[in-house]
Amino acid sequence: MNPRGPLTFALGLASALALGWVAYPRLQYRSVEQPIQFSHKIHTGESVGMTCAECHPLGDDGRFAGLPSIATCEPCHTETQGTTKNEKHFVEQYVTKGREVPWLVYARQPENVYFAHAPHIGLAHLPCERCHGPHGGSDQLRPYQENRLSSYSRDIWGPSATRLARAEWEGMKMTDCSACHEAHGVRESCLTCHK
Amino acid sequence: MESAETTLARYGMVIDLDRCNGCGACATACAVENNVPPANTSATERTGLTWLRVQRVSNGRQFPQNRAVYIPISCQQCGEHTPCVSVCPQNAVDVNPETGVVSQVPARCLGCRYCMAACPFHARYFNWFDPKWPDGMEATLNPDVSIRMRGVVEKCNFCHGRWQAAKAKAAANGARDIDPADYVPACVDACPEKAITFGNLDDPRSDAARASKSANAFRFLEKLGTDPKVYYRSDRAWVRRLADADVTARESEASRG
Repeated sequence: MNPRGPLTFALGLASALALGWVAYPRLQYRSVEQPIQFSHKIHTGESVGMTCAECHPLGDDGRFAGLPSIATCEPCHTETQGTTKNEKHFVEQYVTKGREVPWLVYARQPENVYFAHAPHIGLAHLPCERCHGPHGGSDQLRPYQENRLSSYSRDIWGPSATRLARAEWEGMKMTDCSACHEAHGVRESCLTCHK
Repeated sequence: MESAETTLARYGMVIDLDRCNGCGACATACAVENNVPPANTSATERTGLTWLRVQRVSNGRQFPQNRAVYIPISCQQCGEHTPCVSVCPQNAVDVNPETGVVSQVPARCLGCRYCMAACPFHARYFNWFDPKWPDGMEATLNPDVSIRMRGVVEKCNFCHGRWQAAKAKAAANGARDIDPADYVPACVDACPEKAITFGNLDDPRSDAARASKSANAFRFLEKLGTDPKVYYRSDRAWVRRLADADVTARESEASRG
């Protein structure tokens, strides 16, 4: 037997795995920068001290407002707060002109998915971090990663291609929703989460 | 397969055929609510999408004895041996254990149309064409209902988006049970004759439960044993006899003139 055989096999296997687990996921997603940078940390920190629900409220009618409109930012940001270029750009291009910021939503689900925040907040009493991670303390908006084939956000699958050793909040796939539903005895059928 | 015994609620409706004047407002409201695209120019009665259609049936007599009845027909939400559920090879159809509503998940559907063959009420429709709206009309689409692509089956689900909204409203206030007034399908809302009564058939206080038990209430093809949750009622005996009408019965009626 050729002594180089096993070595060639091992090298081939390693490169094939690298291709599948590292190169392909990189190819699969394209990174898009958010229109402007935003620091959750400044807003939730001690000097401002806002809560999640102040900008992302759940209405009495059960509709979740999602991202805040420019009207929510306006009371504080009619004048430039601080000296950063980003802030100047935000005030000049969006607040003054009354234009909405075209944010890219990391957690946006495919169109055939129905998700209501209301039962998860009002009945299950889940904290926001359970599904969205602790981004309330983040200083930067990471690039939005869009699947080139499906155009879905990478957050739906989660950042790890292997899904091994992932954090509890990573991934918003059907199996992730279902696992939690099953663990808590939620009676579900297709129409519970699909529309 | 889930069956009626295990559902938390059994939503159903009672349609008063003596009140229905065949105006078709229910069918229009249904199409608008559920993002059903305008019919393709080459669509026929069989290839179009009509989750709710109004059928005109005559008593077959000559004038002046001729009478007609308009029968709105949608998915009858069978609770027992639900034919479409048992034939679907894709698990794209199930009975919602919370509402008793028979679902259809277009994203899972592979378009074999076995369910359409199995449905005794011809209440299922296949997308033969790409859904297209006139320019600008996309802005009026209902965000609570996904649009379906060519090649999949769709049908009435008692405006499930409205049930979801009612449930979200209740949950936002910490309640598990919805306010019945918050969940009314579009056809019921639109009917100018108030001919359709909707509600939980298992809740003895609901108007629908009461109306479904009235003496002149009936269901179509009850003999098949599929336990439909859409009831009809009429004081006219010949209309009630339509419930189990089949081809042989119609032929013998026709031969009687």
